[in-house]
Amino acid sequence: MTTQTNTALMPAKNSLVLECETGNYHTFCPISCVSWLYQKIEDSFFLVIGTKTCGYFLQNALGVMIFAEPRYAMAELEEADISAQLKDYKELKRLCLQIKKDRNPSVLFWIGTCTTEIMKTDLEGIAKRLQVELGIPIVVARANGLDYAFTQGEDTVLAALVESCPQTKSSTSEALIVPPAKTPNFWQAAFGPLAKSQEITVGTGTIVKTPQAKHLPLVLFGSVASTVVNQLTVELNKQGIEITGWIPARRYSELPELGPEVYACAVHPYLSRTAAALIRRKKCKLINAPFPLGPDGTRAWIEKICQTLNVEPKGLIEREAAIWENLEDYLELVRGKSVFFMGDNVFEVALARFLIRCGMIVYEIGIPYIDKRFQESELQLLEQTCLDMGVMMPRIVQKPDNYHQIQRIRELMPDLVITGMAHANPLEARGINTKWSVEFTFAQIHGFTNARDILELVTRPLRRNRSLSELGWTTFVKDLPQKVV
Amino acid sequence: MKLSYWMYSGPAHIGTLRVASSFKNVHAIMHAPLGDDYFNVLRSMLEREREFTPTTASIVDRRVLARGSQEKVVDNITRKDAEDVPDLILVTPTCTSSILQEDLQNFVNRAFLDSKADVLLADVNHYRVTELQAADRTFEQVVHFYLDKAKKNPNWKVEKTERPSVNILGMFTLGFHNQHDTRELCRLFKELGVDVNLVMPEGVSVNDIQRAPNAWLNIVPYREIGLMAARYLENDWGMPYTTTIPMGLVDTAQFIREVFGHLRQCSEEYFDSDITLQTEEEIEAYIDNQSRFVSQASWFGRSIDCQNLTGKKVVVFGDATHAALMTKILSREIGVRVACAGTYCKNESDWFREQVHDACDEILITDDHTQVGDVIARIEPAAIFGTQMERHIGKRLEIPCGVISAPVHIQNFPLGFKPFLGYEGTNQIADLVYNSFTLGMEDHLLEIFGGHDTKEVIEKSLSTTNGLEWAPDGLAELQKVPGFVRGKIKRNTEKFAKEQGIQKITMEVMYAAKEAVGA
Repeated sequence: MTTQTNTALMPAKNSLVLECETGNYHTFCPISCVSWLYQKIEDSFFLVIGTKTCGYFLQNALGVMIFAEPRYAMAELEEADISAQLKDYKELKRLCLQIKKDRNPSVLFWIGTCTTEIMKTDLEGIAKRLQVELGIPIVVARANGLDYAFTQGEDTVLAALVESCPQTKSSTSEALIVPPAKTPNFWQAAFGPLAKSQEITVGTGTIVKTPQAKHLPLVLFGSVASTVVNQLTVELNKQGIEITGWIPARRYSELPELGPEVYACAVHPYLSRTAAALIRRKKCKLINAPFPLGPDGTRAWIEKICQTLNVEPKGLIEREAAIWENLEDYLELVRGKSVFFMGDNVFEVALARFLIRCGMIVYEIGIPYIDKRFQESELQLLEQTCLDMGVMMPRIVQKPDNYHQIQRIRELMPDLVITGMAHANPLEARGINTKWSVEFTFAQIHGFTNARDILELVTRPLRRNRSLSELGWTTFVKDLPQKVV
Repeated sequence: MKLSYWMYSGPAHIGTLRVASSFKNVHAIMHAPLGDDYFNVLRSMLEREREFTPTTASIVDRRVLARGSQEKVVDNITRKDAEDVPDLILVTPTCTSSILQEDLQNFVNRAFLDSKADVLLADVNHYRVTELQAADRTFEQVVHFYLDKAKKNPNWKVEKTERPSVNILGMFTLGFHNQHDTRELCRLFKELGVDVNLVMPEGVSVNDIQRAPNAWLNIVPYREIGLMAARYLENDWGMPYTTTIPMGLVDTAQFIREVFGHLRQCSEEYFDSDITLQTEEEIEAYIDNQSRFVSQASWFGRSIDCQNLTGKKVVVFGDATHAALMTKILSREIGVRVACAGTYCKNESDWFREQVHDACDEILITDDHTQVGDVIARIEPAAIFGTQMERHIGKRLEIPCGVISAPVHIQNFPLGFKPFLGYEGTNQIADLVYNSFTLGMEDHLLEIFGGHDTKEVIEKSLSTTNGLEWAPDGLAELQKVPGFVRGKIKRNTEKFAKEQGIQKITMEVMYAAKEAVGA
């Protein structure tokens, strides 16, 4: 234990160090992704196939949402299901017919859990049969706590959704990217030059958006609120870049076409499986960029997209500077303060990078899992940011051990600990400022426009405690002295 | 398989964890996948707990699936033993470990050899028992274990306390108003001249359990947890127990009489009568004084206000204890007509029926909230007394609801003193009932007379004729802003547009305004 804490206090190295601990940490179960995805995909219904434990987690973690007649439900496994006295196929059919009758969704998502995993329920196999009988597509995602943490649940769902995206017809897409003058055809004869039309109907009846921009189709992936979709769209449009589609789209029927000529770029750092599915299954080209969190990340993200699509970025440097200028009142609060990420939602590296750019010192980046290839650009930007700001490289701890982390927190006494709700109140009682990490998952934090919202979250405990500091009560447990450090 | 959206009681391991974390210096280790430690969040948030919740998980991952937990559980136990030096480590199975069917008892036995702490495997089956049943069983298991352990010590013997004393069984973490009830019961016993020997499991060290048989009597204030332990203590240690629940004026009085009946018996059995218990007349005088003058509830029941409640229809739903007692209070002490009384504690259905059969029109035993909702919609009561779920059903149907039972939200863990038991409890309940109804009446009047203020609400806006135009995409974006800040965002955007000399507000202008104003 002492060796653990000593390494934490060791002098900074000049490059990033990735460590791995025991994996005894607190995080949400990945099935929680249901809560934001059912709202995002408006014509969907999510069925979580699991036990009372899963249901209890969902109803408590999602609080009041549960009372708003959500488009999700539990298929609660009973003892007869576990001991195979009942047939999974029959049972699922019965429940899904009920859902079809009551809600009539255009797509069903089945979320596999630990239990279906251990029982080796063939959800994919059953879904294939059942979707024909029901006439509703069924997407199966195994978002379980055996394999994944929290936000990775969305990754499993989106990776499964990639399969449902229609394939681009290479002939059609070729026709679209070839300059119109060279392809005089029916469309041109009838409607004039192709480049002028916004939308055309091709033979199969699929709507294809003709890119006004002179670049290959770009698909973004990651679920964000429609406001953020609009903001990022506006941002890219300014650079003359059109977004062909999003995964997930607002409706299941609006999923973009995918194929070898399509470029894909992520907005969240936890979507490595989806990225892999896009590359391997759909042969898309991945744009590996830092993530659009904070003005620095957003600029780097747009630049990387521009660079890949051969577009000259314009006005980005000024735009970033203007955003930073507007953040000054918050930056004053955070400069020189230290942060410790306990780690639970995979946003940690990107957030730490932004906070270092804001002038903070990051001691530790706890993170459930890091895909070094997928996060390559983000990690590079983090390293560069540390060098630029002249601060030590934080240690990155994968699969952290919360107990050891708390020992380290006690020694380092950081100004802010970003942590889950299980540890927030006990740490506050010991005079340590905390911010719940979950809020970063639910708040709108992407793009230039929302940089302020990240700092709003980060500074909230600092601002709150400043207003309470005159009272002189810093700790609220009996075995500690009033004044720590 | 069962299609379910919501449930009244949680999975079994939650009950076990609630008991384990109520004891002092007991650590629970769950055999569970990542993310199942949500209990820590509940405790930390709802109870606003200052201490780290003494629960960790021995994580079940792919590797465990492939080759079994092997050393992992044992290592986690010995590690926790060294780190926190607990008195007891309670290994808690979950739904996952139920199907894995690993021999957890074997791991426990092995760890027991090396660790300083005692190690126990919670004896609960995920698929057969609910949260509350599991809590009841785990509590009995721990009490049983420590009394067996005490028996082995030759120097240990049961010495009844000199003065009459009781144990209060079943007070524990995340219980509905449990800490307030504890305080109220302790105060009641103090007034009665009876000592409280132990309150269990909340706040008690497992090493104190061996003092349990020293009390004269066990009190089980709630139906759901504590009964198994009380029965064990009666069978093995000859300790009597009460099951009357001291909630409401009539039952609190009955409870006091019962306690004294038992104490008097014990006193004859164990001691010569040199201990002065109050006489029967004194007890009745105490009850009468409390009921008429200390508690305001009996006077409230007689007051004009309460007359207005006569015959009003209500629906009561909750755990067995609170739903049954609330039904009795409403019909007997307030004169309200309980059209339907129900509970989700299916295993207590016989007891529940017996308690309420002559206090309500119909009885509902179900754990399906849609069924409860249907019954409420059919009856159209003037008020509901139920859980948070019934509060939401009430919201939808515009019927006021008083929350009387778990499952609950953070607002049901009040900082102020709000017991449901004892004489102060009767006051709190009267307030709750009265406030629910008056709110309903106000609402009704508002509807008849069309609200307090019929004048058109003047919108707080910078200017109505500012010559600005909202483009459709800007307007659509504005609609997405939550209602309570929409006005502010609108004003800020318009102010920004004016400053910039922009006439038409598009989506982009909105974002630019947000960036500039920082709203």
